[in-house]
Amino acid sequence: MGNLRYIKTNYWLYLLVLPSIVLTIVFKYFPMYGVLIAFKDYSYRKGILGSEWVGFHHFERFLNSPNFEQLFFNTLKLNIFGLLLGFPVPIILALMLNQVRKAAMKKNIQLFLYAPNFVSVVVVVGMLFVLLSPIGPINKLVMAFGGMPISFMSEPEYFRTVYILSGIWQGAGWASIIYVAALANVDPELHNAATLDGASLLQRIWYIDIPTIKPVIAIVLILAAGSIMGGGGDKALLMWNEMNMETSDIISTYVYRVGFQQANYSFSAAVDLFNTIINLIMLITVNSIVKRVNEGNGIV
Amino acid sequence: MDYIKPTRMDRIVLGITYTLLFLGVLMIVGPLIYVVVASFMEPTALLNKGISFDVADYNLEGYKLILSDDNILRGFLNALLYSSVFTVITVTVCVFAGYPLSLDAFIGRKMIMTLFIITMFFGGGLIPTYLVVKQLGMLDTIWALVIPGAVSVWNIILARTFFRSLPKELNEAAKIDGGSDIMIFFRIVLPLSKPIVFVLALYAFVGHWNDFFQSLIYLDSQDKYPLQLVLRRILILNKVDPNIIASVKEQAELARLSELMKYAAIVISSIPLLVMYPFFQKYFEKGVMVGSLK
Repeated sequence: MGNLRYIKTNYWLYLLVLPSIVLTIVFKYFPMYGVLIAFKDYSYRKGILGSEWVGFHHFERFLNSPNFEQLFFNTLKLNIFGLLLGFPVPIILALMLNQVRKAAMKKNIQLFLYAPNFVSVVVVVGMLFVLLSPIGPINKLVMAFGGMPISFMSEPEYFRTVYILSGIWQGAGWASIIYVAALANVDPELHNAATLDGASLLQRIWYIDIPTIKPVIAIVLILAAGSIMGGGGDKALLMWNEMNMETSDIISTYVYRVGFQQANYSFSAAVDLFNTIINLIMLITVNSIVKRVNEGNGIV
Repeated sequence: MDYIKPTRMDRIVLGITYTLLFLGVLMIVGPLIYVVVASFMEPTALLNKGISFDVADYNLEGYKLILSDDNILRGFLNALLYSSVFTVITVTVCVFAGYPLSLDAFIGRKMIMTLFIITMFFGGGLIPTYLVVKQLGMLDTIWALVIPGAVSVWNIILARTFFRSLPKELNEAAKIDGGSDIMIFFRIVLPLSKPIVFVLALYAFVGHWNDFFQSLIYLDSQDKYPLQLVLRRILILNKVDPNIIASVKEQAELARLSELMKYAAIVISSIPLLVMYPFFQKYFEKGVMVGSLK
């Protein structure tokens, strides 16, 4: 067969891909097999195969636990509000940047807008702690307007607002790049023609710019929906504390706490799997909705 | 072309646009500038007056404290080591995989791609991955931080897209000159791939430098902690270096020192990225462009 001959003469090509394949199997597919521990009572001595089956016991325990409702809705609310507030900002930013005609000025604005993306989460949360502390500058402002100082980082009612707004601060500029790139494809002749026909600036944005970037918007939306239950575990873990846990406790922080602080591997894996499955369902649902709206263009 | 004078309405819209962009930039730069200025200030003055214009309120004590903290320096060097090793591994592995996958004739291309892409949407999760790393005896070693995440499907796709964009004639010409395929890859294709290698390396380095979660899970020994974990202790857990505590008895003084360190820690940890930042800029968009071409 020709195939075998091809492989023989080009074996070095296979050698090049080999490391990636091996690493993927070891660190991605073995863990998928390891998910079995969610259905077992895992003990390190007995190993994955040797541990006893318990079926859906851990899932049932999670679903019936008093924490469940709070964790589930905290996760959902944090990510849905985050998406609703955060998703349009990069698009608006890109449309506005697109109006800046002077290339140098546009570059400089972008340089600033991208910067927060390079600040680590630890530093961002550290900055939140100092800026929002009861004696910090924001509270000085609050007091200047006659308000009482608020401890933003330890009161549950402010957690979501702080989390989402700081998330926009961190990511909106960077997220706008992809739309800016897509907008570069708009034919300037279209704008000229539309202007001659008397279209206003807003009309041109609405009828020319937005339709051009619509496919990109759709793809970004689908991907965002696929992590509706998972986004931002790292940052929530840093912002989490005993005082604000009423709203800051989300499934990913819970998975970490149960898994690593209580070494409850099976239960933690079950909670994580539950989360993954919801994400997958979200991804598929949003993908099929977007496909219908977006003339058959989805990602899967 | 005919220049059409913008209408009054359009000029108002443009005016609002520029104002909003300006405000956006201000909102990003504001907190950063505040932190930098505050890092040079005496905490009591900062507390009472806020940002002040009195030279007497400024000193370098915060920086002296931070720079005399061995944990910070060690964390810095650890992070440098981990991020560099990770960058070399991930870029090598992903570029090597990207090349064969970019060739139409490569048999098994679809199957291998599917194997990779599945992992973008489904994974075993935190605990099963941790158990694999543990089983391999990688816990509390640098390997846990540089090996498990080395294969990035996204990077492989970026590399593959880049290789596809190279002119095919190049290959043919080299073959006529008698070069073997593997020679062509190393002598001709790779040297032409500097832009993609640079973009991948940039993202890999920055991502790893800023990550704290992997090291939180996989490392136990404090002396192996990278910078971000040291920062987490200072900034978020509010724990000051025991060496300082030993020499300082009063609570108030301790609180003052810990405040002093915070701002300076934020500034110092950001220096490497800030220095590189302007040089990066032209590569940002290149990276995203290559990625969005599909």
